[in-house]
Amino acid sequence: MSAILNDETKKVLTAPLVNDNPITLQVLGICSALAVTSQMSTSLIMALALTLVTAFSSAAISAIRNHIPSSIRIIVQMTIIASLVIVVDQILKAFAYEVSKQLSVFVGLIITNCIVMGRAEGYAMKNPPLESFMDGIGNGLGYSLILIIVAFFRETLGSGKLLGIEVFKLTKDGGWYDPNGLMLLPPSAFFIIGLIIWGVREWKPNQVEKVEFKIMSIAHGEGGHH
Amino acid sequence: MLSNITSCKYLEKWCAALDNNEHYQKFKVYRDKILALGNDSLEKTIAIAVSLCLVCAVLVSFAAVALKPLQVGNKAADMKKNILDVAGLLEEGADINAAFSEKIEAKIVDLETGDYVEGINADEYDQRKAAKDPAQSVAIPKDKDIAHIRVKAKYAKVFLVKEGGVIKSIILPMHGYGLWSTLYGFLSLDADGQTVQSINFYDQAETPGLGGEVVNPNWRALWKGKKVYAETDQPSLEKGLITEADIGEPALSLIKGVVDNTKPGSQYQVDGLAGATLTSTGVTNLVRYWMGNEGFAPYLKKVRTVKGVKS
Repeated sequence: MSAILNDETKKVLTAPLVNDNPITLQVLGICSALAVTSQMSTSLIMALALTLVTAFSSAAISAIRNHIPSSIRIIVQMTIIASLVIVVDQILKAFAYEVSKQLSVFVGLIITNCIVMGRAEGYAMKNPPLESFMDGIGNGLGYSLILIIVAFFRETLGSGKLLGIEVFKLTKDGGWYDPNGLMLLPPSAFFIIGLIIWGVREWKPNQVEKVEFKIMSIAHGEGGHH
Repeated sequence: MLSNITSCKYLEKWCAALDNNEHYQKFKVYRDKILALGNDSLEKTIAIAVSLCLVCAVLVSFAAVALKPLQVGNKAADMKKNILDVAGLLEEGADINAAFSEKIEAKIVDLETGDYVEGINADEYDQRKAAKDPAQSVAIPKDKDIAHIRVKAKYAKVFLVKEGGVIKSIILPMHGYGLWSTLYGFLSLDADGQTVQSINFYDQAETPGLGGEVVNPNWRALWKGKKVYAETDQPSLEKGLITEADIGEPALSLIKGVVDNTKPGSQYQVDGLAGATLTSTGVTNLVRYWMGNEGFAPYLKKVRTVKGVKS
């Protein structure tokens, strides 16, 4: 692998998984992470769609980066991203009709996903196409990883299933597991993502943001009027 | 330069021809002039915007047009699958199109009179589209609009399953608002126009696991054998989600909790969806609306009479 990929490519491909994860470190793309993760199958398709859109839009934007007028920079990026998203949506409707019905508007909403825009503006505008493509794949995978973890907990705890296959037998079918309805509602994804961010920052303390200001202590003077 | 991209002979030939084309050469000169301009010049900004839009438009239109037949096919097959499913005729692995055309007959019904409408190709009529066309739809008075759909198509598309010329099931389309979404589905009835065979929602976006359980086969199985119209006056239910029904009015409703089958009136009751009171109310309302006088009641009355439905 190292023969094909140079250091930069390897870095952009692996860093977004944990060290620079778009969801847990940059806290981008949260909206769709809440919306589609109640089932593993929709999460997987969403992850795949977002990874492909990020990769190809980054590559395309990078290819014409030296000719993009700065005054219409964002519009140019959006046009490319939106076109790719529509193509992905059309392909899903043609080849994965059931899943596209479940994902409904969320594929279209990839257009507004901050990760795609973030990589276009933050990386693809300054780097060559191949690296930008890999950076898109890497960030897509970072997003996918979190989506899969969240979906794993939400589907198993919320409906006792994984990918539609029964894991815990539910009480309503005569089993022992009483499903947790909260897991099926979007707020549960907040809790799970919050716990993941906590865990990652406990493991890698350098991800903790520096406090921007401190609350002044009265004991040290200055603040009080005696 | 283009010919370096590939070793394919035809493409090379084509590229050579293109390179020699005088219009292309003019275009190239012009293109290079534009590209050499400063990025922030007005000419380049406009040129980039226009050409980007052209490329993207071609890409999007190509995808939309090329994939259209597949998408239309998927949609039609999905609809047929749902109709076969609600008729209890869906077999795993069987050819849906063949089974559908063999067993199911589509008919157009005038909702006001309850008669069949001739002169419309039932296979091509789209009730959802017709509801959006002012010429083919009517507004529903607010006090009668319990399903919260505002307009309905004048003509509805029903499906009949016949065996030896005798009707076995009547499949009626219905839709109405739940909690988040409009639920679209079918209710299939015995030839008596009174006994439920099955219910099926094919398009909805209720909360997965709560209201979304309208698609759960276990819950759908509870509908089998229930009666639609009240044979005696039905009181407003103590634990129910909706109000009373007089003789002949639709009484079928979802109740809170589990139906006690020993109690009188239980033939008109189905278990509500746990944790989804608003979806349950929506389902009750849409069933009552479509089975009522605004919906299929005139048609079903004629089905039940000896003379049958005029066409």
